[in-house]
Amino acid sequence: MNLLEVKNITVKFGGLTAVSDFSLSLKKGEIVGLIGPNGAGKTTAFNAITGIYKPTSGGINFGGKDITRMQPDKITKLGIARTFQNIRLFSNLSVLENVLVAHHLRLKSSFAAAMLRLPGYLREERAMRKEAEELLGGLALSRFMDEKAGSLPYGQQRRLEIARALATHPKILLLDEPAAGMNPKESHELMEFIEEIRDKFDLSIFMIEHHMQVVMGICERILVLDHGVTIAEGSPEDIQGNQKVIEAYLGVETDA
Amino acid sequence: MKSTAKILLSIAAILLFFVFLYWAQKNLDPYKVRILNLCAINIILTLSLNLTNGFTGLFSLGTAGFMAVGAYVSALLTMPYDIKTMNFFMVPINPVLAELHAPFIAALILAGIVSTVVGFLIGAPVLKLKGDYLAIATLGFGEIISVVFTNTQTITNGALGLKGIPQYTILYWSWGTAVIVIIGLMMLLNSSYGRAFKAIREDETAAQAMGINLFYHKLLSFSISAFIAGIGGALLGNLISTIDPTMFRFSLTYQILLMVVLGGMGSITGSVISASIMTVIMELLRAVESPMNLGFISLPGIPGMRMVVFSALLIAVALFMRRGIMGEKEFSWDMLFGKGAGRRESA
Repeated sequence: MNLLEVKNITVKFGGLTAVSDFSLSLKKGEIVGLIGPNGAGKTTAFNAITGIYKPTSGGINFGGKDITRMQPDKITKLGIARTFQNIRLFSNLSVLENVLVAHHLRLKSSFAAAMLRLPGYLREERAMRKEAEELLGGLALSRFMDEKAGSLPYGQQRRLEIARALATHPKILLLDEPAAGMNPKESHELMEFIEEIRDKFDLSIFMIEHHMQVVMGICERILVLDHGVTIAEGSPEDIQGNQKVIEAYLGVETDA
Repeated sequence: MKSTAKILLSIAAILLFFVFLYWAQKNLDPYKVRILNLCAINIILTLSLNLTNGFTGLFSLGTAGFMAVGAYVSALLTMPYDIKTMNFFMVPINPVLAELHAPFIAALILAGIVSTVVGFLIGAPVLKLKGDYLAIATLGFGEIISVVFTNTQTITNGALGLKGIPQYTILYWSWGTAVIVIIGLMMLLNSSYGRAFKAIREDETAAQAMGINLFYHKLLSFSISAFIAGIGGALLGNLISTIDPTMFRFSLTYQILLMVVLGGMGSITGSVISASIMTVIMELLRAVESPMNLGFISLPGIPGMRMVVFSALLIAVALFMRRGIMGEKEFSWDMLFGKGAGRRESA
């Protein structure tokens, strides 16, 4: 069965159709890519899946639950986490705190219990700290633990954003241009990193990416959006040879 | 330094402070005691506003309104029957209210609870919106409360206000409450809920994407803030013994907002320092309102001159000290002893 089933969603802003009739099915353990020229509606599709925008029509089903009109925090609780195109860390909080915030959604203690430091809360706090430290250790971010997130180098900020998303215990991870601004060496490392976390955390990954090297390298399936319309879907090889995709990226030859 | 050592040091400092208060209550003249009381009350109010504005990123301007609710609740609960009936000579008091009476501690807690309920009712519809709507709505709320209290004559005695409220607010009450609020907020803000508040302040969209229920946490922060402001208002009413609706207008919120900004949005110790300093400065500034003889020229007393200086100070802060005295940092024992200055809070 498919973990995530997006059925014919359309997102309209007034008269503008940002995404039309978008469908996607994601199986457990799959890495699927979403590409397309600037303004094609990729991020809008992401925002519709994660609940930031409500689709005008169509439905989204995750693990048997209809999540079409749910609030973003509910969707994250169910197991879809994301990163943002322009990094959105809690800049003035420490690296550790950024990850701890992502643990808050599983906290059982009430605010009063937390404030009074009742034993139940302290146990939860210790457990989340331990897990967060382990996670940061595993992602080679340990040495930045107490630094402000905003002061990290760019590449580490991207990494931290992924770490923070992982801390919500997702089943699906949505990555919005994780390789943006990276040089070939860094993006190669990123590819390995993504495959590594997929296996380690048992994830399905849906990613928007412009770096063709990355997309073609790790995605098993690729969807191509242009002006909100899905113009192609298939394996990396299919996409590379697809005439419509080439036209969308390079323009159509016309006789002068 | 070890954290147990820090806690012991903090407890010792608090005990020492209360020894000082014991001495002050007995030996200082009433005017100075009153200033000390006002310091504590302003600390409470500043922290209340800092919780929403500085820590949760909600620009709320309703403090004066919540204070009014708290002050009236506590006043009506602590005033004896005779004084109440004497106060309400234009329109008689609601007979149920006339009979009500409670000890001061119960009055304070009830003042906080009623204020929380009001805060919840204001917050629930407004906090669903983003951005500046909250500032506008809470500003309106403050004004509405003052108009409502002017017109509910059988409950609040209208524009005549309440006189002869028992002066229960002594240093132990005011500073005792202040210390509880300081410690309580430190514990809350260093907990997972505090981190959630700060995450909302930093980036609402990202916070929500991390599974934080925005509405619940904003409403929680807003209600706790209303609770604290209600108690602060109650302490104030029982200190100055006379309250009327015009006292609780926007200018009061504005004063507290200045203390928050001056101390540093998002710093508890900053609020404590700035509220204490500002309270004392406000008293010292009374000098500029009295007639002055500078030798070559004698100036007549200008009422309201204090507020001019006060406003100029706010402009100066906005221009030159945007992050306030403490910024987002907290005072800590480490800072005092020069070890790892400014790192991690001690409490």
